[in-house]
Amino acid sequence: MTMQPQVTTNIEVGQLIGSVERFRNEGYRLVQIGCTKVGDLYEINYSFDKDYHFENIRITIGGSTEVPSISGMYWNSFIYENEMHDLFGIQVRGMNIDFKGTLFRTAVKYPFSQPPVTVTKGDKP
Amino acid sequence: MSKQIIVPFGPQHPVLPEPIHLDLVLEDEKVVDVIPSIGYIHRGFEKLVEKREFTEYVYVAERTCGICSFIHGATYCQGIEQIMKIEVPERAQYLRVIWSEFSRLHSHLLWLGLFADSFGFENLFMGAWKTRERVLDFMEETTGGRVIQGTSKIGGVRRDISSERLDRMVKDLDVLDREMKELTTIFLHDDSIRHRLRNVGTISREDAYHLGAVGPTARGSGVAVDLRKTGYGAYDRLNVPVVTDSCGDCLSRCTVRAKELFTSTDLIRQAARKIPDGPVDVKVTGAPDGEYFMRAEQPRGELVHYLKGNGTKFLVRSRIRTPTLTNIPPLIKMLAGCDLADVPVIVLSIDPCISCTER
Amino acid sequence: MAFFEMVRTALRTVMQQPVTILYPAQAAKKTPISRGHVMIDESRCISCGTCQRKCPAQAIIISKEAKTWQIDRLRCVVCNSCVDTCPVKCLFMDTQYTAPVTARSVDLIAITYVKPPKPEKKDEPAQ
Repeated sequence: MTMQPQVTTNIEVGQLIGSVERFRNEGYRLVQIGCTKVGDLYEINYSFDKDYHFENIRITIGGSTEVPSISGMYWNSFIYENEMHDLFGIQVRGMNIDFKGTLFRTAVKYPFSQPPVTVTKGDKP
Repeated sequence: MSKQIIVPFGPQHPVLPEPIHLDLVLEDEKVVDVIPSIGYIHRGFEKLVEKREFTEYVYVAERTCGICSFIHGATYCQGIEQIMKIEVPERAQYLRVIWSEFSRLHSHLLWLGLFADSFGFENLFMGAWKTRERVLDFMEETTGGRVIQGTSKIGGVRRDISSERLDRMVKDLDVLDREMKELTTIFLHDDSIRHRLRNVGTISREDAYHLGAVGPTARGSGVAVDLRKTGYGAYDRLNVPVVTDSCGDCLSRCTVRAKELFTSTDLIRQAARKIPDGPVDVKVTGAPDGEYFMRAEQPRGELVHYLKGNGTKFLVRSRIRTPTLTNIPPLIKMLAGCDLADVPVIVLSIDPCISCTER
Repeated sequence: MAFFEMVRTALRTVMQQPVTILYPAQAAKKTPISRGHVMIDESRCISCGTCQRKCPAQAIIISKEAKTWQIDRLRCVVCNSCVDTCPVKCLFMDTQYTAPVTARSVDLIAITYVKPPKPEKKDEPAQ
């Protein structure tokens, strides 16, 4: 199995719009936006693809940082940005369709921002 | 301008057993705007990764979806194998292709049936599901499960198929091909069906590409994107034709899926011819440390499993981006401007799977 | 372009026997490896607890003191993981699906395995 290596570029929040615009101008399509909680920080991955060439840019932010929406360049990003807001509590500024926390209706607010569950051996119900 | 009214569609609707809610803004009979709403069945699968060892999570990943279950499991395993640099035996890779393609057959036949049902052709629905039964029988005979196969595991597969069974399978494929030929002829050439689907829910090539459409939804608009071309698993040793159609309407999406049935049986034949002998799994030691975006082609389109491990038995994050999630924005585009009576057909034409969208 | 494309198929189907079976009068289709439900040979179980640890649904609970093996059939996802990992192969998969129930309950099975008295120390099953 030969898989091409995956390039991940770390950027600052301020550079996000510029970088995404570059991808848009080069004709990439948005594959996904995904958020990961690492310790107290949140990593947000923006993945793009063009002719099976996969590229990924990453911003790392604290929980209170506001992220600019990329829905001006990629109209379809609202679905990921609302997901990010509903599950992680990340504030996204300027979404084209803002569900205001009603896309995913969860019993626990921002479930994925809760501290990770730690399991010890033999910890069964 | 006439008065606008809002008609709710779903989450309970006769055409679709899955809970998606659409607020349709209507002017007379024309839909002018659509606001989608999901979130009825969010199960928190991705959070469960913190409570299950990465080897056990295969079973969880597989249950993300009840139709493309095998591909979910196999994609997760391939992602972990990429992080841990595990070399999977050749035979296991070919077996994964065979089961994946059978999953695709099963999913497309199911969809053809549901689609026929959505435009009111009950008899054809029964016909498609009758043919699908052959695929399910093969699945049960080789894996022990009809829809949840449970044969994926990290480092290979859990069951082998004997060479006699493979020979018999190839013979059975001819019968399957004949039945599918008859079925798809009705779908693609029957005048009433063509009349019902042509120029309904049209989306242009540019819109489909930039709105992130994947799978048959994109290929129906002429965007030749098929992740099998990236050559994961054993796909790099097989000839994978990409089926596209140019019109971008419901009939195009139906055509793509109907033709893909035959590319799938062809891929199974190729795989059965090339499959080498040998072991089907390797022993896995250690724990994943690193991250990987594993992309694979599901029946509905591109699937992304993002996996991040920190060297312990519990992964930090598993993010599953299912094809339906990214096909929702194109769906909104398709629905704008259509008639109210066409909404069920258009919604079904992207093959929505809401349960796996919400995970 | 064709009219009545369906007619040929429909006519032939009318002539044929139904493809469905009269379940439950007729038995459902099964294959030798169909996953129905997990069974235990209680006379061979050594209470090692591997099945409990490997169960992704946490459906199995083993008690070494009370010598019982219990399974919650509604939790069990029939993944075959316990059968694969059992060191003494006392678990096996039956092809019959679990019968429908009206209330949640657990199947409690008493383990009747007795450690064979062995004069030598070797070949002792791990407890």
